[in-house]
Amino acid sequence: MAVAAEKKEVKKIIDLGLEEGAKKLTPEKIEITINNALAAMGGARLDAYVSTCIHCGLCSEACHFYLSHDGDPHFSPVGKVKQTMWEILKNKGRVSPDSVKKIAEIAYTECNLCRRCSMYCPFGIDIAYIISSVRRICHLLGVTPQYLQDTAHSHAATMNQMWLKQDEWIDTLFWQEDDYRREIKNLTIPLDKEGADIMYSVIGPEPKFLAMLIGNAAKIMNVAGIDWTFPSFDGWDNSDMAMFSGDQEIMGRVKRAHFEAAMRLKVKRIVMGECGHAFRSVYDVGNRWFGWKMPPVPVIHAIQFYYELIKEGRIKIVKKFKEPVTLHDPCNVMRGRGLGDMARYVVNAICEDFRDMSPNKEHNYCCAAGGGVINCGPPWKLKRMEGNRVKAEQMKATGARVVITPCHNCHSGIEDIIGYYKLGMHTKFISDILVDAIEVPESMKAKK
Amino acid sequence: MEATQKSEEKVQPISKQGIPSPLHTATPLDRGKDAESRMDWDTKEKMIANTDEWKSRYAEVRPFNVSEDGEKIGAVVQNDDETFTVCINGNPWEETYEKIWSFKFTNEGKAACLVLKDNAWTVALDGIPWNEKFDYAWNLQIAPNGRSIGINIKKDDQYGVCLGDKPWVQGFADVRNLFISSDGTKAAASVAVKRLAEADIFNFQKGVWTVAVNGVPWDKNFVNVWGLAFSPDGRHVAAETRINLYDYAVVVDGNMWPQTYKCVCEPCFTAKNNVIAPVKIAKGWTLALDGKPIWGPFIQVWPPKFSSDGQKIAAVVASEFGRWTIAVDGSAWKQTFSDTVLDPVFSPDGKRVAAIAKESKDPMNMGSSLHSIEGNDRWTIVVDGIPWNQDFDMIWDPVFSPDGSTVAAKAEINGKYCVAVNGKAGKKMFDALWSPVFSPRGDKILVRCIGGGKYYRYVVPLDEI
Amino acid sequence: MKFLMSEGFYEFVRGPMVWLAFLVFISGSTYRIYKIISGLKKEAVVLPYMSFKYGLRSIAHWATPFGTVNWRRHPVMTTVTFLFHFCLIITPVFLLAHNILLFQSWHIRLWTLPEGLADLMTLIVMLSCVFFLLRRFVAREVRFVTYPSDFFILAIVFLPFFTGFLAYHQLFLPYKALIVLHILCGELMLIAIPFTRLAHMLFSVFTRAYTGSEFGMVRHARDW
Ligand code: SF4
Ligand code: SF4
Repeated sequence: MAVAAEKKEVKKIIDLGLEEGAKKLTPEKIEITINNALAAMGGARLDAYVSTCIHCGLCSEACHFYLSHDGDPHFSPVGKVKQTMWEILKNKGRVSPDSVKKIAEIAYTECNLCRRCSMYCPFGIDIAYIISSVRRICHLLGVTPQYLQDTAHSHAATMNQMWLKQDEWIDTLFWQEDDYRREIKNLTIPLDKEGADIMYSVIGPEPKFLAMLIGNAAKIMNVAGIDWTFPSFDGWDNSDMAMFSGDQEIMGRVKRAHFEAAMRLKVKRIVMGECGHAFRSVYDVGNRWFGWKMPPVPVIHAIQFYYELIKEGRIKIVKKFKEPVTLHDPCNVMRGRGLGDMARYVVNAICEDFRDMSPNKEHNYCCAAGGGVINCGPPWKLKRMEGNRVKAEQMKATGARVVITPCHNCHSGIEDIIGYYKLGMHTKFISDILVDAIEVPESMKAKK
Repeated sequence: MEATQKSEEKVQPISKQGIPSPLHTATPLDRGKDAESRMDWDTKEKMIANTDEWKSRYAEVRPFNVSEDGEKIGAVVQNDDETFTVCINGNPWEETYEKIWSFKFTNEGKAACLVLKDNAWTVALDGIPWNEKFDYAWNLQIAPNGRSIGINIKKDDQYGVCLGDKPWVQGFADVRNLFISSDGTKAAASVAVKRLAEADIFNFQKGVWTVAVNGVPWDKNFVNVWGLAFSPDGRHVAAETRINLYDYAVVVDGNMWPQTYKCVCEPCFTAKNNVIAPVKIAKGWTLALDGKPIWGPFIQVWPPKFSSDGQKIAAVVASEFGRWTIAVDGSAWKQTFSDTVLDPVFSPDGKRVAAIAKESKDPMNMGSSLHSIEGNDRWTIVVDGIPWNQDFDMIWDPVFSPDGSTVAAKAEINGKYCVAVNGKAGKKMFDALWSPVFSPRGDKILVRCIGGGKYYRYVVPLDEI
Repeated sequence: MKFLMSEGFYEFVRGPMVWLAFLVFISGSTYRIYKIISGLKKEAVVLPYMSFKYGLRSIAHWATPFGTVNWRRHPVMTTVTFLFHFCLIITPVFLLAHNILLFQSWHIRLWTLPEGLADLMTLIVMLSCVFFLLRRFVAREVRFVTYPSDFFILAIVFLPFFTGFLAYHQLFLPYKALIVLHILCGELMLIAIPFTRLAHMLFSVFTRAYTGSEFGMVRHARDW
C-alpha cells in the first residue's frame, strides 16, 4: 500500500557532488554497481534485518529528525530505510539516476548513524548499518555530497581530515609549545618520543582551527606528569570521514596509519582528544576493516582519561567553573562506549552548577552533526538545523548557559543549533574548563 | 629550490640507527657490515656521562639518544637564555639554535638533527649546518646503508625533498612518503603536481598525484600515491596507487601491473628486482609477485620481509579474523595472537624468524589510560612460531646473534628496562636502555643503559646477562 | 464445498499435509538460519562479536513487558504486543483439540488449557490483529512503511485463529468445512513462517543478541 504522507516542501538544495555524480550514471551502470556491491557486502546481515523488520514503526520516536519534523514519517528510521535500501532491494538495483540522488540525499544528510534507533527497535535492527550500506553503494556509484567527498579525499591524500601539510602539523605543535611555555615552565609537546606511555591523537580540525586545544592537552599532560608523545608523521589524525562517505578502503588505510604510528612509537595506549566519531572509527568500526578485532593498541577517550586523572588525584581541581552548565552526551562515546557516568563525574568535579539533560546517557539525542552530516557542508546546514529542534528544546529546558560537548562534531553542531534557535548559550569542551580548573604547582609555573 | 642537483654527488655515510624504524620498511635495516667488529668489545664497563649532572646544568634536557657503538650519548638541551643546543657526552655544540628536533646518531657517532635559526630550517650534522636553508624541514631520514640524509622541505610555498644538502630542483604542491634508495643516492616521493581549489573533488579524481624520483615526476598522474620502494640496485621504483576512487594498482617505473585490485599495500622489491605487494582479491588478501598471487589468501597480509639471501619471504598475516601471526613462504604459524604481530625479523642465515607479538586475555576491556589491565596488552617475542614464556609491558625488535642461535631484545617491566635473552629477562634493570648489540662472535652483548643518573656502556658475556 | 468436506480431503489435510507443513516449516527455517549464519561467517565481522552473556542480557530486557524505555513509552502497543505473542504461541500448543489429536496419533499428553480460557486467548489474538490492522491505517509512521505484504502476513496469522474460533462456536459454515479450513490455514501459516517476514520469529533472537553483544560486550553500553 505504501501510502505517501505529505512531505513539507523544501527549497531545492544543489550539491555538486550529488548532481555531477548522478549525471555520469546510466541505469545499466547503476544496476551492475548495486548488485556487485550487495554481493560484496555478503548480504546476510542485511537479509536478516530486512526479513525481520515487521514495519511496526516503533523505532520512529528514537530519531531526532522524526521528532523535529513533527512526526513526518519520511524521517523515521524505518521510513528512511524504506526510501533507500528497500527501494534498492525491491527494484533489484534497477533505480534511476534521479532516485540515486534522492537516496544519497537521505542517506548522507538525514541520518547521523547515531544508533539511537537500535535501542528502540524491539529486534535491535541496526538502522545505522543499513544506512551505512546505502552510503557504501552511493560511494561506489560516485554520488556523494561534495564536501564530505572532499574530506574523504583529504584523508586519502594526507591521512588527515583537513588537507593539512606535514609542516603545518609540526609547526602548530611548536607554536602551541611556545605559547604554553609562557604559563608552564619547560612545557613540552614531545614529538616522536619512542617508548612513551601514551600517544595522544587528535582530529584534523584541532591543528587547523582549534590549536589551543592541543595546548590545553599539553598543559594537562605536563601538570599530571604523563609520559606522552605525538607522532610528527602521518597517523596523528584519528578522525575518519571516509568511514561516513562509504569509502571503507580509505577508512581502513587511515586507521592503519594511526595504529602503526602508535606501534612505531612503542606506546602502551592511545589517548584521544574529545571527539566522538573518531573514537567510533578507531574503536569499533575502522579497525575491523583490516582484520583487527579490537584496536591493536588500547584506545582511550578523553573522558576516560580525565576521569582517571581526577579520580586518582593526578590533577587537582582548585577552581570550579561557576556558570550553570549542561552536558551533551556524544552518541559515539555513550551508545559507543557507555561513558555517561564518567562524563558526569568529570563535569561535576570541575563545575559548580551542573544541570543534566533529559533523556541522557545512552538515550541522548544526537547533535545532528555526526555521521558525516556536518561534513556535507554549507548546502545542508539549514536542513540539519531543522532536523534537530528537539535538541534545542532539550537544551533550553536545562536553563544552563554553557553546553559541554566532549566531541568535535557535537561541538560545532550544537553551536549551530544554539545560534539557529537563539538559545543564548555556548559550547565548551571539557578541556576548555579543565585547564582553568586545575592546580598548577608553583614549581611548574613559568617566571613571568 | 634553485640549486641544481646531481645524484652522483658524494654523500656522507650515515647509518639509520636511532630513528624508530617504520613498521613496514621495504628494505631491511642495514647497519653496515663491519660496524660491530669495529666496536670495543674488551672494556667491560665504561661510565660515559653523568646525565643527572646535565639536568642541573641546563634549563631543560630532552630525551637522550646514544650512538650505535655506545660510546656517545646526546640530547637536545636548553640553555638559560632559552636557546637550544645539542650536548654530546657532556660537551655542548658551540652553535645554539632557536629550535632543535629530530635528533639522532649515525653509526659513526655523528649527531644529526633539524635546527632553526633566523627563521630558516636546515640539518645540522655534528654541529655543522647544511648550506641549504628552508622555510621548513622535517622527516629526517637516513639512507638504508647510512650514506646520506634526506628530508622533506618547504620553500617559497613549494614542497620538495633535500637529499644530502642538495634540494630537488622542482617544487610541488605537496610531497609525502619520502623514500631513499639503499645506496643513498636517490630519493623518491609521492608528489602533488597541481594545487587544487577548495572542495574541488572533480580535479582531484582526475588525478594530481604522481611519483617524483630525484625530483623528476613520472608523466602519469594518479588519484593517490602512497608507499614507495626502490629496487636494491636503485634503478626501479614501485608505488602503491589508486587509479580512480575504486581501483588500486601497483605501478613500477610508471607502468601499471596489468591487474588492478580492490586494495593494495605498499610494494617492495625482491633481491632479483621483482616487485611484491599485498593485494586484496575477492577471497581476501594475498601477496602478488609481479601481478600474480603467490600466497594465501588470508584475512590480511602486511608487506613482507626477505631473508638476507632473498630466498625466503615472511609476512605478518591474520589467518582468521582478529588472529595475527607470521607466515613464512606462505604457511602460517599455528600459534596466533589477539592484538597484533609486528614485522618478522630473519636470522642472518635466514633459517629462523622472530617477531614481536601482543596478546590480551580480555581484549574487549580497554578500561584504563593510566594502568595496565591484568592479563591484557602483554608483549613478547615469538621465534619460529613459539612464543617466549615470559611476557613484558613492552618489547622492542628482536635481535639475532650472528649464528642465529640466540635472540635478545630490550624489554620493559614496571617502567624499568632489561635485556631479555631467549625468553628470560636479564638480571639487571635500568632506567633507560637501548637495543642490545651482539659481538661478532655472538658471545657478548653490548648494553647501553642509564642507571643511577649515569650513562654506561657495558660489555656483558651472554651467560651473565 | 463438497470437496472441502469430503473425508478424503479431510484425511489429507490432517495427515500428509500436516507432515508436509511441518517439513516445510522446519526445513525452511533451518535453511534460512543456516544461510544467514553461513553468510555471516563470510561477513567475518559479526560472529566474533557475539556474546552469549550480553546477547541474553539484551533479550531478557526486551522479552520483559515494560522492561525497556521504548516498551514503557507505548503502553497500549506493548500490552497488545505481549498478549498477542503470548496467546499466539500458547493457545495452539496447549489447546484441548490439538492435544487430543496429538494423543490419538502419538499418545503424547500435554497440559491442556481450560476451554474458556483458550477461547478468550483466541479472541485476544484476533483483536490484536485488528489493533495491528488499525494501527497500519491510523498511525502515520506505520502507514508510511506498510506494504501489501504486511496485510498478507497479518491475515495469515489471523485466519487459523478465526477459523478455529468459528469452528469451536460452530458459526457460519458447517463444522467439518471450518475444521478443514482451519487446518489448512494453520498449515499455511507454518509454511509461510520461513518465507515471509513472519521469519522475525526465527531471526529476532539473533538480531537482538547481536545488537546486545555489540552494545554490551564491545561498547560497554546498555541497549534497552
Ligand atoms: S539519525 Fe540516528 S535515530 Fe535517526 S535514523 Fe539515523 S541512526 Fe536512527
Ligand atoms: S522498530 Fe524495528 S521492526 Fe519496527 S519498523 Fe523499526 S526497524 Fe522495523
